[in-house]
Amino acid sequence: MKSRSENNQVKKFRKKGNWFTGIVILAFLGFPLVVKNDYIIDVAFFFGIYTLLGLSLNIVLGEVGLFDLGHMGFAAIGAYATAILNTRFGIPVLILLPISAIAAAIFAYLVCSPIIHLRGDYLCIVTIGMGEIIRLTLINNPFGLTGGPNGVFGICFPCIGNLMVIDSCPKFYYYIWIVVGLSVFALIRLQHSRIGRAWNYIREDAIAAEALGIDVRYYKLLAFVLGAALAGVAGNIYATKLMIVSPESFSFMESCLLFCIVLIGGMGSIPGVFIGAAAISLFPEIFQTFAQYRMLIFGAVMIIMMMFRPGGAWPRQRGGIQDEAMLIGMENTEI
Amino acid sequence: MKIIIEQLLNGLTMGAFYSLIAMGYSMVYGVMKLINFAHGDFFTFGSYLGYTLLVMGVAYVTSTLGVWGGMIAAMLIAAIGTGILGIAVERIAYRPIYPAGRLPAVVSALGASIFIQNSIMVIWGPRPHAYTSEVIPGYIMNIAGFRINILQIIILLLSFCLMGILYYIVQKTTFGAAIRASALDRETAALMGININLIIFFIFALGPALGGTAGVMVGMYYRKISFTMGWNYGLKAFTATILGGIGNIPGAMIGGLILGVLEMLGSTYLSTAYKDVFVFLVLILVLLFRPTGILGEKIAEKV
Repeated sequence: MKSRSENNQVKKFRKKGNWFTGIVILAFLGFPLVVKNDYIIDVAFFFGIYTLLGLSLNIVLGEVGLFDLGHMGFAAIGAYATAILNTRFGIPVLILLPISAIAAAIFAYLVCSPIIHLRGDYLCIVTIGMGEIIRLTLINNPFGLTGGPNGVFGICFPCIGNLMVIDSCPKFYYYIWIVVGLSVFALIRLQHSRIGRAWNYIREDAIAAEALGIDVRYYKLLAFVLGAALAGVAGNIYATKLMIVSPESFSFMESCLLFCIVLIGGMGSIPGVFIGAAAISLFPEIFQTFAQYRMLIFGAVMIIMMMFRPGGAWPRQRGGIQDEAMLIGMENTEI
Repeated sequence: MKIIIEQLLNGLTMGAFYSLIAMGYSMVYGVMKLINFAHGDFFTFGSYLGYTLLVMGVAYVTSTLGVWGGMIAAMLIAAIGTGILGIAVERIAYRPIYPAGRLPAVVSALGASIFIQNSIMVIWGPRPHAYTSEVIPGYIMNIAGFRINILQIIILLLSFCLMGILYYIVQKTTFGAAIRASALDRETAALMGININLIIFFIFALGPALGGTAGVMVGMYYRKISFTMGWNYGLKAFTATILGGIGNIPGAMIGGLILGVLEMLGSTYLSTAYKDVFVFLVLILVLLFRPTGILGEKIAEKV
């Protein structure tokens, strides 16, 4: 008897979550059908790009608590890998999607292996240095590959043969949000796995985690590699959308904005990333009427936001299983 | 040989700017454990204050005080103005957020940085400004075959004086001991009767004031100022802070000077385009082999 009532409670709890998720997904799918304005759909596309980048940084900063202020560097690696391989060798960009992820991941592995033992602010400054080195190297046009400050242009649209070419705003909109949806699904699965638990343990107390036999170095590196791979994917889509990549898109300021996405939303919280990305990408568009005052307002809002909700707009709940266990516990006491 | 000495001098000048800015970072980090991202913009603000006083009031200020007097007056005004701004930012943007922990304060600092930067843009306009030549003192002298700009020497001397004064305050006076004590352990320092609020007030006035002074110097030396330059100088100065050992004030001075000299030598002998890459590579290498910086002390980790 008891176990059945537990199951009912859990199901009810899950159902509520499912309803909400369903409505959100429907809203996202129906959005371009209702709104025909290409400009607004484009804004929603960039909201998606920032969400993807925020999700990728959320793995490093939110789940493991590693301060990474050079995350745009990984996206730059992905974007430039796509741009160079596509314009030089004509490889289709959809094939380059996994390749740019792997390129960014390998780069992250090579760069982060020696620095992974650094803690807190030291890691922070080294990642800033790394991001700046990437950007400055791209500006300097090594081997004539990156095109210097102008960047690389003429990147093709993603296409599957001649069957489907992603070339219009609504198509790009669906493209990015399908990728975001898949990533969110994967990341939620990851959060509830052994790896996710190990990450959270390291974030809460790295020394205790190590004492309990978690390979801290391995899991930290894994977070960097996965985060970089996702950033590489975002870089690829960004490059194909704009058809041009230039070093200015990957500045220190952008890395700081990514940092803010995770913190505004709430560390390690996936719904929080959506809120943070919305704040960063939609805010400047909504307040366009204020013209030159909009970034000023943006800065002020960031301060005010942190005064009233320092934990983020949608802080991470305790793990799902614990929530359900709590629910069951409450129900049991009622009986 | 001649090139080396001239480049060393240029590097030291640049390093002096970095040192002046870095000390502000270091003091704030030492006591508050906060990376004050707005610090680079304090520097820009100081630069613009000096610009307003000198270039907009050129007829009055320079004619009454002379060129050198105008320079000193601009530095004083910039120091006072940025000091007040620093205190205001601390009161409004940081103080309500301290209890929530370190990371929200970082976001708030970034917000403050964006706010100040855009305020400067709104007030003075988005285009870069120039310190015009009639307000800039100095002429080129030939000393033993070296072409030396007097302004450069004066800037170097002034910044060394400022650093010396700060070094004296922090290392030799009772008040400095209180600052160092609060940097070591804020709670215990408060229990020993140190007025933490006074210390915070002081570091948030003095750090930005030094940055503002450096802003006027940079304006005088490079002549061109723009509202976004704070990011670049702030990043370099923060690098210098880490290089010298974060939270350590003599370390910040030495780190800044080393960074400036490295940057100049790198651009002379390696490649001008890659000088910043070189700087960051050196930083990463230093951190790999000496994670606490050049003068930083090794802190055992508490469990």
